[in-house]
Amino acid sequence: MMVTLINSILGPNGALSLAHALSGALVLVSFMMLYQDRLSAVINVLALHSAVLGLAVAWQAWIQAEPQLYITAVIALGFKAMIIPLALHRIVRRLNIHREVEAAVGIGLTMLAGMGLVALSLVVMLHTAAHSAVLAREDVALALATILLGMLMMIARRNAVSQIAGFMSLENGLILAAAGAEGMPLVVEISVTFSIVIAFIVIGVFLFRIRERFDTIDSTALDAFRGELQ
Amino acid sequence: MTSTILFCALAWILLGGFGALRGRTPEAGAVVYGGSFIVAVIASGAAILQLGFGVAPGVAVVLPLGLPHLGMNFQITALSAAFLIITDVGAAAASLYAVGHGRNEREPWRVLPFFPVFIAAMNMVLIAADAYDFLIFWELMSLSSWALVVAHHEDEEARTSGVVYLLMASSGTLALLLAFGLLAGVHGQYDFASIRADHPGSWIGAVVMLLALFGAGSKAGLVPLHIWLPRAHPAAPSHVSALMSGVMTKVAVYAFVLIVFDFLGKPAWWWGLIVLIMGGITAVLGVLYALMEHDLKRLLAYHTVENIGIIFIGLGLALAFRAERLDVCAALALAAAVFHAFNHSLFKNLLFLGSGAVLARTGERDMERLGGLLRRMPQTGLLFLIGSVAISGLPPLNGFASEWMLFQAILLSPRLSAWSLKLAVPSVGAMLALAAALSAACFIKVFGITFLGRPRSPAASAATETDVFCRAGMIGLAALCIVVGLAPGMVIDLFAPVTRSLLGARLPAGHGMSWLTVVPISLSRSSYNPLSIFALIAAGGGFAAVILHRYGSRIICRAPPWGCGYASPEDASDAFPPVGTQYSASGFAQPIRRVFGSFVFNARDEVTMPPPGDVAPAHLVSALIDPVWQGCYAPLLVLVGWAADRANRLQFLTIRRYLTIVFITLVGLLVWIAPWG
Repeated sequence: MMVTLINSILGPNGALSLAHALSGALVLVSFMMLYQDRLSAVINVLALHSAVLGLAVAWQAWIQAEPQLYITAVIALGFKAMIIPLALHRIVRRLNIHREVEAAVGIGLTMLAGMGLVALSLVVMLHTAAHSAVLAREDVALALATILLGMLMMIARRNAVSQIAGFMSLENGLILAAAGAEGMPLVVEISVTFSIVIAFIVIGVFLFRIRERFDTIDSTALDAFRGELQ
Repeated sequence: MTSTILFCALAWILLGGFGALRGRTPEAGAVVYGGSFIVAVIASGAAILQLGFGVAPGVAVVLPLGLPHLGMNFQITALSAAFLIITDVGAAAASLYAVGHGRNEREPWRVLPFFPVFIAAMNMVLIAADAYDFLIFWELMSLSSWALVVAHHEDEEARTSGVVYLLMASSGTLALLLAFGLLAGVHGQYDFASIRADHPGSWIGAVVMLLALFGAGSKAGLVPLHIWLPRAHPAAPSHVSALMSGVMTKVAVYAFVLIVFDFLGKPAWWWGLIVLIMGGITAVLGVLYALMEHDLKRLLAYHTVENIGIIFIGLGLALAFRAERLDVCAALALAAAVFHAFNHSLFKNLLFLGSGAVLARTGERDMERLGGLLRRMPQTGLLFLIGSVAISGLPPLNGFASEWMLFQAILLSPRLSAWSLKLAVPSVGAMLALAAALSAACFIKVFGITFLGRPRSPAASAATETDVFCRAGMIGLAALCIVVGLAPGMVIDLFAPVTRSLLGARLPAGHGMSWLTVVPISLSRSSYNPLSIFALIAAGGGFAAVILHRYGSRIICRAPPWGCGYASPEDASDAFPPVGTQYSASGFAQPIRRVFGSFVFNARDEVTMPPPGDVAPAHLVSALIDPVWQGCYAPLLVLVGWAADRANRLQFLTIRRYLTIVFITLVGLLVWIAPWG
């Protein structure tokens, strides 16, 4: 009923185009993350990113009538939009690093590269999935763009917290793609979520360790520790 | 018949399982080897029935294993039946021998699980009817034989040999995998029936031929791919060495014949040329290596290299004749090659088993520490002599029959039209003749130094005759050498379906007369009747023996008091240590080392003499340089080391660099697929 209501407002395929709009919003938030130069701002954008993902997944659950997708949405909203950002904030406060962001690549260059990546993912999907429906195809293209932007975030920053943010936005892109494809089994989602949580725990513990030893969480410090940076 | 072989393979695998579970019990050896012997007799009987008496092969057996939509297909063809006979006759003899020989094994549980599985894998390779099965069992064959090579793992040399063998075996399998991939074509038809049905284009056919030459050649031991063979074959227990040298190399020959003759259709003229030249080089280098070698088992392994060269000369000739549509000549060359493969499996098995008996009773492989064994192990010595005469290509034994047929095929080369072949074939024929002569010289050395003269070490002087099972295994093989030598027509007729099915032609053979005479082309041209030659040799030899005994032994021998160390009659007590000196293996090989070794191996003899008046012994050190190792493998090792050093840098990048590499790779791949999709 809701679908028909939306369709009557937004025209035919309105339900799908709303899903499309949410995917586009996710890419937009990824771009927001790329130009933040404070750690606390990066974490806030990450929370927003996960919240948008939660909405997008919940909408997919509605239009596909797949109740188990709601669980995914709740996990995204609860864990990734609240608990993990709060924990990251706490880490940043305890380590007293809320002012610093060391970008390895300049912000402008990063943004340009990000645009190139979005264009690339659209072109790839246009060619490889020429037979599927336009909206489904572009959803996957946007998810791919989110993944690539997450990777870009990871390599454009030196700070380990920013790298965690990049990694989690990459995972968000994966979940978006999975939720868009109809009938992804719940087991896979749960395992993906748990892998994120474990990655968070491991990296969190790891951060404190680096901090204790080197007084910084710049991951290049690790290389000196390995004895490989002369 | 296909299912009979499959049941035999299952029985072998079960015996291997028994060996794995109960290998430490004292009766396990008798059960496993005795069982293998019985199964091998059944399997060879089935193969002979199929090939010789035209029993229908039956429908292909498809097991619901393996690839989906394909299953595991098994089917005996004429070619595989011929090689099944070679394999299972060899396996039967080696198993019977091992019933006795296995008792000498220190850790039999390292051998028992793998020996029957190795035989089963070779049988399965021969009856496989799709590429997937073929490669699976080919790998099983390599791995089980590898496990047998490193059975004496406490020996440093065996471990190194194992590594070299594993490297060469896997690169050979890779080449075969690529060859089958090309043969399967774009539709991925991996069953042999579809591969046979459509012939690939000339360009792909040429690549497949070269890959098959590499893949099968590395298993068979073609120079320069032989490098593992003289290390791995001797390292294994002797009955396994016999199987590896006598039988497994023939499975490799089967793979080459299967791919090149059965799957590829009409060959290009230069295929034969490449195979011929590689075969010629292999034959000559193999026997030269053997002459330089004084380790009994390694010398035999080098002779395997030589004989593989002879077989590949036959295959190359068959390819050359076939390219010019001379099918009868091609049939002669191919029949000679397959016949020689059979003969080699007989006498090489026999010789390895004989060397195993010597090794078990003396603990020595070095010929310089053997000697005088004919008096201590008379039966083994006589059997070894039969094998030596056969491998040297002397009439009336089987080695002569197949080499003679091969020479008949070489003499047909003027019928070829390509000039390069017209020139190459006679020179390869000269190389073959050289190899045959040198191999006779080499076996005079082997038999003379090992079995004649007087013992050169206490171990050799204390040797005793080997046990009854060992002798039974060798007697069977020696009897086959003699029977096949005297009635070669019988075996040629047995193998005739091979050439008929592959080339559509067969030998005109002297069927009009009797199967005792071999007539390869026509009666006016040449024929070989081994029985009459045998009668001539027996009469001449008997006459000479009578003369010598009647008149020779009456002459009184007076030895000079200062005999330069040579024995006087009073010293002939045959005890160790000997009073005098005697001819040594390196001394025997020295003229050949001077003539060929100095230019092939860059051989240098260095003599250190004590100063006059000093009683210290003089020393002779001869140094060889292996041209194949220097030319092919040493540069390859340098290259691999260089590449590894470059790649090693990848281990010491920062985390961000690694992420960047992953990212750039991903983006690069996406950019690459973007235009096509």
